[in-house]
Amino acid sequence: MIHASLTQLRAALDSGETSSVELATLFLDRIERFNATLNALITVDPDLALAAARAADARIAAGEAGPLTGIPLAHKDVFCTEGVLTTCGSRMLSNFISPYDAHVVGLLKAAGTVMLGKTNMDEFAMGSSNENSHFGPARNPWNTDRVPGGSSGGSAAAVAARLVPVATGTDTGGSVRQPAALTGVTGIKPTYGVASRYGMIAYASSFDQAGVFGATASDCALMLSAIAGFDPRDSTSLDRPGEDYARALMGDGSDAKPLAGLRIGLPEEFFGEGMADDVRAAVEAAIDTYRNLGATTVGVRLPNAKLAIPAYYVLAPAEASTNLSRFDGVRYGHRAADYGDLDDMYRKSRGEGFGAEVKRRILVGTYVLSHGYYDAYYLQAQKLRRLIAEDFRQAFETCDVIAGPTSPTTAWPIGAKADDPVQMYLSDIYTIAVNLAGLPGLSHPCGFGADRLPVGLQLIGNYFEESRLLATAHRYQQATDWHLRRPAIAA
Amino acid sequence: MSRNDWEVVIGLEVHAQLNTASKIFSGGSTAFGAEPNRQACAVDIALPGVLPVLNRGAVERAIRFGLAIGAHIAPKSVFARKNYFYPDLPKGYQISQFELPVVSGGMITIRVGEGDKSYEKRVNLTRAHLEEDAGKSLHEDFHGMSGIDLNRAGTPLLEIVSEPEMSSSAEAVAYARALHALVRWIEICDGNMQEGSFRCDANVSVRRPGRPLGTRREIKNLNSFRFLQQAIDYEVQWQIDALEDGGTIRQATVLFDPDSGETRVMRTKEDAHDYRYFPDPDLLPLVIDTDWIEQVDASMPELPQAMKARFMNDYGLSAYDAATLTASREVGTYYQATVDAAGIALAKPCANWVMGELAARLNKGEIDIGESPVGATQLAGLIARIADGTISNNMAKKVFDALWNGEGESADEVIEAQGLRQVTDSGAIETLIDEVLAANRKSVDEFRAGKEKAFNALVGQVMKASRGKANPAQVNDMLRRKLNS
Repeated sequence: MIHASLTQLRAALDSGETSSVELATLFLDRIERFNATLNALITVDPDLALAAARAADARIAAGEAGPLTGIPLAHKDVFCTEGVLTTCGSRMLSNFISPYDAHVVGLLKAAGTVMLGKTNMDEFAMGSSNENSHFGPARNPWNTDRVPGGSSGGSAAAVAARLVPVATGTDTGGSVRQPAALTGVTGIKPTYGVASRYGMIAYASSFDQAGVFGATASDCALMLSAIAGFDPRDSTSLDRPGEDYARALMGDGSDAKPLAGLRIGLPEEFFGEGMADDVRAAVEAAIDTYRNLGATTVGVRLPNAKLAIPAYYVLAPAEASTNLSRFDGVRYGHRAADYGDLDDMYRKSRGEGFGAEVKRRILVGTYVLSHGYYDAYYLQAQKLRRLIAEDFRQAFETCDVIAGPTSPTTAWPIGAKADDPVQMYLSDIYTIAVNLAGLPGLSHPCGFGADRLPVGLQLIGNYFEESRLLATAHRYQQATDWHLRRPAIAA
Repeated sequence: MSRNDWEVVIGLEVHAQLNTASKIFSGGSTAFGAEPNRQACAVDIALPGVLPVLNRGAVERAIRFGLAIGAHIAPKSVFARKNYFYPDLPKGYQISQFELPVVSGGMITIRVGEGDKSYEKRVNLTRAHLEEDAGKSLHEDFHGMSGIDLNRAGTPLLEIVSEPEMSSSAEAVAYARALHALVRWIEICDGNMQEGSFRCDANVSVRRPGRPLGTRREIKNLNSFRFLQQAIDYEVQWQIDALEDGGTIRQATVLFDPDSGETRVMRTKEDAHDYRYFPDPDLLPLVIDTDWIEQVDASMPELPQAMKARFMNDYGLSAYDAATLTASREVGTYYQATVDAAGIALAKPCANWVMGELAARLNKGEIDIGESPVGATQLAGLIARIADGTISNNMAKKVFDALWNGEGESADEVIEAQGLRQVTDSGAIETLIDEVLAANRKSVDEFRAGKEKAFNALVGQVMKASRGKANPAQVNDMLRRKLNS
């Protein structure tokens, strides 16, 4: 049952083969056994989970179940959850119990899902390895000395280790796709504005977007269908009709060339220096598989993509530096025990409450917005952002989806890049341009590298082409079994 | 050297609270006076994860203001974050508008001074932009700690910035009054200064005529017209004294202390914040299309300047009278109703009554004209009876008193009930005159000896005998004829 897809779990729940309480108990038991090792979840709430599971069972019994009713999951701790600790991976919020649910959490609650807990993450979603968590690093189930990626590392690790079937995440600069790749699961981040940001603790508002993790594109499609949709409480939420992303996955895979007609763009900038050989081998093999499935490949160019990291590390810290101003020790969150005057209270509360990477980004962001530097940094970076979006626009004139590596390497050892922020930032080199443009992106497993660590393939779609991304990955998963491989911990 | 050797330059920034039911970026209520923090919702207290959503009503009010002053209403304007830490600023930034405000330009006509010495002046506006108010820090009653009340946090404000075109405290006050009347006229702000709905900051500098602008100091948070006047007067003198003593002015923000009547420095330019303005990524640019503007325009009342021009052109009022009668929408509405009931031919006496007896009585009783015990129709009835000779001006005051005290529904009713109708019957008047002449031989002799004063005494006696009801002109006429015969 722990390896079952959401579709299989749905069938088992509806037929009475299992119950939501049984499923919750099964996965809670796995959390109990493995979370001490993986540190994938910060908060586990069995009582709340079992109560939700009982309610789900009643709903199923009443014949009122939706596609996700009774399905256990975990939420990244960036999402506010009513009555439940919501830390954002930070000491600053280590005592914060949210009085309300994030929109995404509310939708999944209304759909009847059963939240088992809150997953570990880099503090305030700032990081690529989950090492920046106040609650210690989450670990990669394939090798617990390795990072699971970040910032949604806990969600990725939890799904990879089958501590939960599916989980939510957020992707500001690759934070769903990169950990999905490093832990061998499927993750998707939709077009900016498809899922409401209300109740998602802001890191960089113009980039932040909710996403989901699952073993397969099919599981992700069911989850994405539940969280997408207009929310009047988020002014950047897009007012467009909801989509059933699972519907796009029709077909049993018997067609030998199910992707005939699909044009896959291969940006030369994504296949140059910097990509590890083992990653390159797996990615190229995956592209061959796509060709075998009927897709054609075409070379495209993203000449400004190399500027994505510098642009991102100006704009995201700029937004973060003011988004995090509300954490001042006045109304909630950490307040220093002893302080002199008001300024001292701010200094100490924030000094103690934030970790090093968060402070680094607040400082950078404050600097680039300062009088006399704004034009040189912030405005220049905004121009780069437009150039990058324009690159993608042109690329999509000759292709339907863009494919390439998700991460230049497989998961690295915990601590290996901890003292070198620039190396850490470069691990997001293939994912960040997507956030700058606001496009949807997906990562799916496509093999293993030298250390038997998973490699992910990234698919980038045009705006609102989530269905196409999911359908493309689904065809690949119908023809391959990488997504079915499990780490020993979940064997 | 005297004050006359200096030119004063004043610009005003006014924060007008917009009278929306809910806050500018949340559904929290804006009602004044609730228990602390009872009207602060999740967005207002800036819980993690919450987001702002712009209140259309606040934008509509900004459009009304832009239309009222003939300003440019930006088809696209941008909300920006103004970053600084303060405990009553929950997000650590204020959402405001910086580079692209919703309203720019425009003009307000003010009238400075009283009566014949008054003059008209046009004051240009720089801009008006939308922003949110902060909460309040309460520094008393907490035993060495400060209390924070976030009820006001997120209340919509329109910050209205004038060009530095006023050259005296009187002009500054006249501008502030005109603006205050206008925002109430177009119903975007309740104008309650005690509750902080209309707050003024004054930028003041002085210079020698013909010299470049002097360094300005900004007086913050003046919440009455009297304080505005006092603060500017003090500040101007302070700056002149400082310069004449050979000193210089340092740019600063100052506070006015009403108790001492002095201004004192709050912060200087050196410790001014770098607010790090940048476009708020949580909000889309504010787009206002012409349809929206036309829709708002269709709902606008007649504006004070238009009403004033009409009173001058159609009713033949002087500029001063027309300005006085359009000083507030309530006065304008009252006067209009009076004229409508009395007829255009009586527009002038209507103006005299509204600005004269009525205004005096309202002032004395501190009553708003909207609450006047004598309604416009009643006043019009009274004026009509003066015009048609039914009552004299003197009697009219009695009738007005009676109406004021609720002794009758209409002037006609009071006149009948109290027998105040003017006596114009010449036979009756002649009888009274004969009686008076018979009883006052001395005065008659004095008049005939050339003492004109004695005539007035006799008129007074006749009027007295008629208990004021005789038509005074008629009495005059008949008496003179009789004495000269």
